[in-house]
Amino acid sequence: MTNDDKTCVIVGASHAGVNCSFALRREGWKGNILLIDADPHLPYHRPPLSKSFLKNADHIDHYALKPLESYQRENITLQLGRKVIQIDRENRVIVIEGNDQMKYDQLVLATGASAIIPYIPGLLSSDCCFAMRTAEDAFHIKAMVENKSLPKVVVIGGGYIGLEIAASLKHLGAEITVLEKEDRILSRVTSPYISDFFMQLHGANGVNIETQKNVIEVETFEGDSNVKCEDGSSYEADVIIIGVGIQVNATLAEQSGLASRDGIVVDTSCRTSDEHIYAVGDCTRHYNPYYKEELRLECVQNAVDQAKVAAANICGIVLRYDAVPWFWSDQYDVKLQIAGLSKGYDEVMIRMEQGENRKCSAWYFKDHRLLAVDAINNAKAYVMGTKAIKSGLTIDKEKLKDATIPIKEAFSR
Amino acid sequence: MAKITFITRDGESKTVEGHSGSVMELAVQNHIQGIDGDCGGVCSCATCHVHLSPEDMEKLGQPSEIEADMLELEDNVSSYSRLSCQLDVSDELDGMTLKVAN
Ligand SMILES: Cc1cc2nc3c(=O)[nH]c(=O)nc-3n(C[C@H](O)[C@H](O)[C@H](O)COP(=O)(O)OP(=O)(O)OC[C@H]3O[C@@H](n4cnc5c(N)ncnc54)[C@H](O)[C@@H]3O)c2cc1C
Ligand code: FES
Repeated sequence: MTNDDKTCVIVGASHAGVNCSFALRREGWKGNILLIDADPHLPYHRPPLSKSFLKNADHIDHYALKPLESYQRENITLQLGRKVIQIDRENRVIVIEGNDQMKYDQLVLATGASAIIPYIPGLLSSDCCFAMRTAEDAFHIKAMVENKSLPKVVVIGGGYIGLEIAASLKHLGAEITVLEKEDRILSRVTSPYISDFFMQLHGANGVNIETQKNVIEVETFEGDSNVKCEDGSSYEADVIIIGVGIQVNATLAEQSGLASRDGIVVDTSCRTSDEHIYAVGDCTRHYNPYYKEELRLECVQNAVDQAKVAAANICGIVLRYDAVPWFWSDQYDVKLQIAGLSKGYDEVMIRMEQGENRKCSAWYFKDHRLLAVDAINNAKAYVMGTKAIKSGLTIDKEKLKDATIPIKEAFSR
Repeated sequence: MAKITFITRDGESKTVEGHSGSVMELAVQNHIQGIDGDCGGVCSCATCHVHLSPEDMEKLGQPSEIEADMLELEDNVSSYSRLSCQLDVSDELDGMTLKVAN
């Protein structure tokens, strides 16, 4: 196939878009590659924003996905600080803010997601409220926290990102309260056991987590903000951080009539409903053969793996997306690693390793089939879980539960 | 300061100089094929796998427990495998040759 005079435009230069651009070259794309992002910073790893970047004094370029020279070397035209505002599918043109137009032969949407800012009266006008999705968000939060001695931080939402921010800001000496609407933290993503584990971990580190707190208003008077909950309680805040989840950036796709259902719909080759347009990463809704359902994922694994699949298919190499999702979260000295998706489980089994500090794992089954494992300080469990999900190893649950038996012995072909 | 040679899967050899950070970061900085570093260096992805020579392995020591466990995800793991994000660039590594595993 010759593609020397063709142009592939990629919208979104983060985990998905950047990996796609380099994979295109590896798969033999000889034509132009234009990688565009509205964010002005050299594309960076997003996970450290709530972890090491927040805690340390590093420059954001320290977290660059690739050095600038790599783009030049691979002849990838990187345009930063430019927002794409329209796709004209009929003429195969994208329109960039300022009315610049670019023709494409192949288009990849890697537009990811944005933080949800819930409607709470007084929140935005409080002038101290931030979400956490971009480097800019992290700069603001860091500056606010460092500008004050003993700053009071209120985190709205007890999901992974909110909890990571709490752990990192605690490290910087902030006084932190996490307000969670449900009756436990991480309720959307994990079992009560793991929720409880993190609840205790944060408690032991001096972070105050309050559940069943529905924030209804933020009151600001002479620069002092108060976060008010439905039950009448209120919390003083110098900084308010919103961690209530994300929404996909699908407007471009939707306005141009591409199929989209809370995520741009793609097939197993990451192609959208238009044969010249692919979509990869957080912005997609796709079928997963392990779970036999349509999913929308928010993780680096999915962004990177889909990027490679799209790149191969664009170059005429048939490659299907079939990956077991994985994810991690680092809080204090605890490492959580997740293999698979626990959603829909009907049985959860906890394995507590002997004598070792907080080392444990939660195993999720449905109809006796392993769906997922949450491994805490326990890469062995994570690795065995990954292998078992991928290759359908048989699991002896009694052995798995019994920490006197090495974990490997619970698995067989 | 350390001069480290990477040999990629397609046999290309490249010697680069590093002063600080991890070997994975040094490899990414120098466009070494096969070192992806998808997790950013926190021992969560195993996309930074290298093979050392037996002598160098002895010099640098065995991987930590989590690193050794993560290496088991890799098909071509050997007793000379390390995850390069867990190796700090230092004088000790000067002159070493690392084979990229993927
Ligand atoms: C604080 C934080 C911590 C995280 N921690 C982890 C973790 O530990 N492990 C893990 O696996 N995942 C983690 N994630 C999730 C992970 O970062 C995402 O899954 C990943 O970034 C998805 O990559 P993406 O390229 O699909 O989308 P994104 O990273 O969202 O990137 C999309 C890009 O598209 C650009 N864009 C969108 N629309 C336009 C437009 N119209 N014109 C131009 N540019 C546009 C945006 O500016 C953005 O740069 C974390 C996320 C955050 C925010
Ligand atoms: S970079 Fe992810 S494990 Fe080394």
